Amino acid sequence: MKSRSRWAMLLLFVAGGAWAAGADLGQAQKQVTNWTAIAMFVGFVLVTLWITKWAAAKTRTAADFYTAGGGITGFQNGLAIAGDYMSAASFLGISGLVFASGFDGLIFSIGWLVGWPVVTFLMAERLRNLGKFTFADVAGYRFAPLPIRTFAACGSLVVVAFYMIAQMVGAGQLIKLLFGLDYAVAVVVVGGLMMSYVLFGGMTATTWVQIIKAVLLLVGASFMAFAVLLQFHFSPEALFAKAVEVHAKKDAIMAPGGLIKDPVSAVSVGLALMFGTAGLPHILMRFFTVPSAREARKSVAWATTWIGYFYILTFIIGFGAIVLLTQDPAMYYVDGDLAKGLKGGGNMAAVHLANAVGGNVFLGFISAVAFATILAVVAGLTLSGASAVAHDLYATVIKKGKADSWAELRVSKITTVVLGIVAVLLGIAFEKQNVAFMVMLAFAVACSANFPVLFMSVLWKNCTTRGAVAGGFVGLILSVALTILSPAVWEAVLGNPKGSAWFPYASPALFSMTSAFVVIWLVSLTDRSAQAQRERALFDAQQIRSETGLGAAGAAGH
Amino acid sequence: MSHAMAEHIRSNPKFRHLVRTRNAWATALTLLVVVVYFGYILLIAFDRDLLATKLAPGSVISIGIPMGLGVILFTILITAVYVHLANTRFDRMAAEVLREAGK
Repeated sequence: MKSRSRWAMLLLFVAGGAWAAGADLGQAQKQVTNWTAIAMFVGFVLVTLWITKWAAAKTRTAADFYTAGGGITGFQNGLAIAGDYMSAASFLGISGLVFASGFDGLIFSIGWLVGWPVVTFLMAERLRNLGKFTFADVAGYRFAPLPIRTFAACGSLVVVAFYMIAQMVGAGQLIKLLFGLDYAVAVVVVGGLMMSYVLFGGMTATTWVQIIKAVLLLVGASFMAFAVLLQFHFSPEALFAKAVEVHAKKDAIMAPGGLIKDPVSAVSVGLALMFGTAGLPHILMRFFTVPSAREARKSVAWATTWIGYFYILTFIIGFGAIVLLTQDPAMYYVDGDLAKGLKGGGNMAAVHLANAVGGNVFLGFISAVAFATILAVVAGLTLSGASAVAHDLYATVIKKGKADSWAELRVSKITTVVLGIVAVLLGIAFEKQNVAFMVMLAFAVACSANFPVLFMSVLWKNCTTRGAVAGGFVGLILSVALTILSPAVWEAVLGNPKGSAWFPYASPALFSMTSAFVVIWLVSLTDRSAQAQRERALFDAQQIRSETGLGAAGAAGH
Repeated sequence: MSHAMAEHIRSNPKFRHLVRTRNAWATALTLLVVVVYFGYILLIAFDRDLLATKLAPGSVISIGIPMGLGVILFTILITAVYVHLANTRFDRMAAEVLREAGK
């Protein structure tokens, strides 16, 4: 039990990201105002706002708003996906975990990467061929629009909400720490900027914010890793040997620690990460911005390459921090004492290393990049939330597909403003809460609700509306309920005594995803309605379109 | 798409062949990723000592580290393999099916 909860806590530390640590960034001390960092960040904001102005002139229809007119290339989209996915959490959290325990950080990097081949093999091309604006278009090809869109909008909004709260709380804590700004000010700045990007520039502005952020983050992290390796004449052996010599845990950092002792939790978390990626609405939405299935698959290949490369960098950065920061304890450690830990907490390893290898200017650069990173992620989330409301709920469910593009665009913009305000309010409301479980919950819902419905609707002829909606809701409700009953929420958030959680594992995915598939299968098989017959008959046409792209929405036809 | 064209594609053995080939590859590669990833995770869970073994006598590097980095590279490579297959074989097969359907 003890090792299991430790695994859960460590997992959530990285899953929830920099902020998830609670003990670290959760009670972040406000730092001295860092003017270099603020100046660099203002520079980033000016550039992105200028892009937003340019994008606003091109955003005239709902299609422009959701998909940037479908004219993004595979390479650009790959960078944008990487920018959407590489959060401040993975940058600061994983390098911080490597700094703290070495090898274990690697286990997380791998977990966050393995979902991408699955997206490539099963989803990307079919999604592009069948869909138009949201992933619900895919399931909506042959299913009854009302129930399936309602379900898809619920699935999207739940994922977006939890992901967003984690990002907003993290943004507030991180910015307090990096820039010395007030928590509330930081949250309002993030909310306001994200709203401007999405509201005026739609998908075009969001895409370019994500691309610029991805490039800055990759360049910054590459420079740090290069600077570290240069000191060791590019010999990993020398780097690792020095790290083992100076680290308090000595040789233990070269081997797996106590992270994985409970195989059920390990497998369940693995499933959530692997199949959850294929059900994240803000990621799936990116596949509609490219002109063809061919570009869609190219974009995932690029995204996987950049994200994988980035995780290798965080591993080198973590080890570099072990070696370089211990050389100057007075500068980087609390009271100059190695035993008391890093100033600002364990997630600051990469930030301090930036100072160690590049001085104050580079420190400012990396801080500004971390801020930009959060902006890019929340803008993508807001856009996918707005599309779920405007395209799935308003245009299809309420207006029964009779809404014109202009009205739909207006609803999207209103939703963006509402989502922005709600995100800021929730960010402030959750300031002192432990939100560590929320990103993991978003992945659990994505893999238990959105993914099974998409997978079965595209690949299984006998799947029907009734089966998909029933199974999807079972996955959605079960994943949320089991997360609440798990130690991360039941004990860590609700304050019940240790060991009292009803559901003992770190992720519900193993159970909730399986249940969703079983229910979809059973209910579809027993569905003998006339509607079900029509839906099965439509499968052939759907398959022709998903496999050959015949009839798929083109870049212009969007 | 017209009904006749859909009927033509559906009855074209090349279309069935495309669907079968693509699904077979997608399934096989997905299973491979599942085996490699969960294999690595379960190895950590059940045989920690194996991963802690040193790469060579006198080296500090344990074999778990190159293995882990190997899983990352494998993930990138296997994605590239599928994309290459799709860009060449699958796209050609699909184009042929569409051409024969008169599109």
